[in-house]
Amino acid sequence: MTHTLEQIDAPASSTPSPVDWSKVQKWGVLGGLTMSFIAAIGMVTALDQRLIISPWLSLGFLTLLWIPVVFGIIAATEDAETPGVAGDRDVISGLVTGLLSGLFFAFFIVIIDAFDLTDIFRNLGPKLVELLTFGRGVGVAAALWIISCGLLGLLGGTLKIAPRMARSMIGAAAMSVVGVALLEIIVTDITQGLRIEFVADWIYALNGGLTPASALVIAAGSALFGLRSDGSTLAERRLERMNLDPEVRFRKNVVAAVLTILAVIFLPMILGGLTNDLLANVGLFILMGLGLNIVVGSAGLLDLGYVAFFAVGAYTTAVLTSPLSPFYTPGWTLNFLSLEGAAVITIVLIMAVIAGVLVGTPVIRLRGDYLAIVTLGFGEIVRILFLSDWLAPYFGGAQGITNVPSAGLGPVEIRGTSSQAMFYLIAAFVGAAIYVAWRLQASRTGRAWTALREDEDAAEAMGINTTAAKLTAFVIGAIFAGFAGMIFAVKVGSIFPSSFKLLLSIIILVIVIVGGMGSIPGVIIGAVVLIGILGGPTQQGLLQEFGQFKLLIYGALLVVMMLKRPEGLWPNVRRQRELHQDEMSQDAWLMEESSQDKDGDS
Amino acid sequence: MPVLEITNLRKNFGGVKALDGLDFHVDKGEIVSVIGPNGAGKTSFFNIITGYFSPDEGDILFNDVNIAGHQPHEITELGIARTFQNVRLFPNMTVLENVMVAQHCRTTTGIFGTLLNTPAFRREEREIEERAKEVLAFFGKRLKGYRWDQPAFVLSYANKRRLEIARAMATMPELILLDEPTAGMNPMETAELTDLIRQLRDDRGYTVILIEHEMRVVRDVSDRVVVLDHGVKIAEGDYKTVSHDPNVIEAYLGRPSEAHNA
Ligand SMILES: Nc1ncnc2c1ncn2[C@@H]1O[C@H](COP(=O)(O)OP(=O)(O)OP(=O)(O)O)[C@@H](O)[C@H]1O
Ligand SMILES: [Mg+2]
Repeated sequence: MTHTLEQIDAPASSTPSPVDWSKVQKWGVLGGLTMSFIAAIGMVTALDQRLIISPWLSLGFLTLLWIPVVFGIIAATEDAETPGVAGDRDVISGLVTGLLSGLFFAFFIVIIDAFDLTDIFRNLGPKLVELLTFGRGVGVAAALWIISCGLLGLLGGTLKIAPRMARSMIGAAAMSVVGVALLEIIVTDITQGLRIEFVADWIYALNGGLTPASALVIAAGSALFGLRSDGSTLAERRLERMNLDPEVRFRKNVVAAVLTILAVIFLPMILGGLTNDLLANVGLFILMGLGLNIVVGSAGLLDLGYVAFFAVGAYTTAVLTSPLSPFYTPGWTLNFLSLEGAAVITIVLIMAVIAGVLVGTPVIRLRGDYLAIVTLGFGEIVRILFLSDWLAPYFGGAQGITNVPSAGLGPVEIRGTSSQAMFYLIAAFVGAAIYVAWRLQASRTGRAWTALREDEDAAEAMGINTTAAKLTAFVIGAIFAGFAGMIFAVKVGSIFPSSFKLLLSIIILVIVIVGGMGSIPGVIIGAVVLIGILGGPTQQGLLQEFGQFKLLIYGALLVVMMLKRPEGLWPNVRRQRELHQDEMSQDAWLMEESSQDKDGDS
Repeated sequence: MPVLEITNLRKNFGGVKALDGLDFHVDKGEIVSVIGPNGAGKTSFFNIITGYFSPDEGDILFNDVNIAGHQPHEITELGIARTFQNVRLFPNMTVLENVMVAQHCRTTTGIFGTLLNTPAFRREEREIEERAKEVLAFFGKRLKGYRWDQPAFVLSYANKRRLEIARAMATMPELILLDEPTAGMNPMETAELTDLIRQLRDDRGYTVILIEHEMRVVRDVSDRVVVLDHGVKIAEGDYKTVSHDPNVIEAYLGRPSEAHNA
């Protein structure tokens, strides 16, 4: 149906539209600015040692080189209002955009070479100049940069008009080369687990990065794969899935669920310690994300002090089980098959509920921004209480509580250092949390939360006790975070107030937003992307090199998401509706027209 | 026997006397229309009955229980449902979900039942859905079939108003308060809704209080008409008496400038 509409809307003439110079100018300068910015914050220098293809291309240079390509594509793309015919103008736009970026960047190099700016920008020193001029003098380097940026822009413009097939092949090749190179640690880790180290030895050069040969093989292989796929976009596939027969979809979902469960059971056995640890951290954030998702995504209460409940869970566990705590009773550990363990879990649960009620009761009468600010305050108060000298006899002040014993399952000890056991423990909790979140979503309680989020007054008219419903959401969220804190305490073995900063609340919120508010798979994907790939506040991610730029990337990601895909990576259906009401209304209108046609026929 | 009996109701918003010593009652099975020029205090009257505002003074006896100052959800639970003058649906919930959520206070399954997926929980979910469909069937073809799974915001204005009524019915009330239910409807839709309002009483046994500007609707369905102006009852009786009352004519026509700028 959209196809015919497109045909109707398409202009009859087929003259190529002229190059949109103002757009080219804008993106060219923006590209140069972005490149200069990335160089200025030290990303290029910091990531220069990390090779993608040894010895030619380092991650540092890659952070610059993608810009002319992508901005070239953007500049070559017509605005929706003036769809033209693809052709020379796209190539020219790309080329000029690239040249402009290159020019701008060359100018930047000349300036940092001429003036010593290290007093203001620490990174703009001789080291950067050396790196960006390839040791050949500014003039040559400037020319090189302009030419290569121009060529990359040209590549972008050409990609824009290339057939879809070619685009998907090139895209797949580039992505997998960079991907495999970045995943060096994990791939090596897995091959060690599988005892096929020679594969990793062949793929990666001694000083890191792919060897030129392996890069070629990977590029060729994945290009073939790109050829094989029908080139449909993610959105199209998602739409296809949504239109599937409910029964087929259900069966597919069951298969996916079974595969996931099998993967969770067997993967840790073949993965190495590093990867398991990474996944365990991701799991911990999924657990918290699921809890916050109920509060923010379902009930619509913007809680910025969520870390408080995590802290309460962690401190409760530490206080009960560490021999250094004044409340210690010998024999109390978090052994899941012992009475003491059950007692610890119960007390953590009760403390989380109490904390949820204590924080929740005063704040849930507030709406929107006020609620966010007050919860933020509560989050800090809790941390400062744990830090205070006044409570130091119980919580150790800044020294925190150390010597928290490991968890256990009967005779088996689940050490924090044994990442495999830790992974299983966290996976069990995440599984339970997913079940709880999923069951609640499609129930009387979940419906009440949604109603509350959509229109609080109307919800009251439906007989929903809004205070009680909000408090329930708050308390359930607190319980999830409390258990996450409990596991965190036994995992790291010692806890300090500094582990529970505001940043943690914000990162969990970003996970929920990036993944897709109100969506359970969204939280999982958000945690994998943010914590797994980029790393948590203290946890290392796959791209460890990016560690010092983590917050910058979080921020950039959040901005791009808000602009381009506010519903998140894997949106909740309802949320998607909320953000795309106009388009949906149009679809519904079309559906109605067609269904009325059908009525007329019968 | 009066279902609702209100005495000496007063409400001030700053200097504005929205309601000024109002006495009011509805008997069981009655359809009473409340009319009056813009700003007369009609919506405020509903808002006070349903607990969105508490009165400054006065008693509101619903089945001999004084509900003045109760919370809105408590009042819904006691058996008074309402619609809003400016449609307040849950726009991104489906039509069916909108009506399902309205049964909240008539159902009981809590978190544990939900998590354990108890037979009682499953039975109740099924009942909620069936009842929702049954209520929607009241509107004939208008809210049936493929509409169930459409989000509420795609509905036409008239259908939104119907869905609001369906939602009110689903709370299983004894008394329904309708705030300008035909606003924005074309004459045909208005006529159809007029019939439905009558059926609400005749077939379903609800007692109805109706705020309405469309005089034909008022004439066709009302057992009794109450006219408000500046928060004061200026006339009461059957449609014919009221429509010829000089006070009423003056309230509506005598000050055209005021009627216009509200
Ligand atoms: N929340 C409020 N705060 C302040 N003043 C209010 C509030 N609600 C209503 N009023 C005032 O009370 C008076 C009565 O308003 P109300 O909405 O009850 O009138 P109405 O009879 O429903 O009018 P309409 O026919 O336009 O719907 C008006 O003067 C209005 O400005
Ligand atoms: Mg009104």
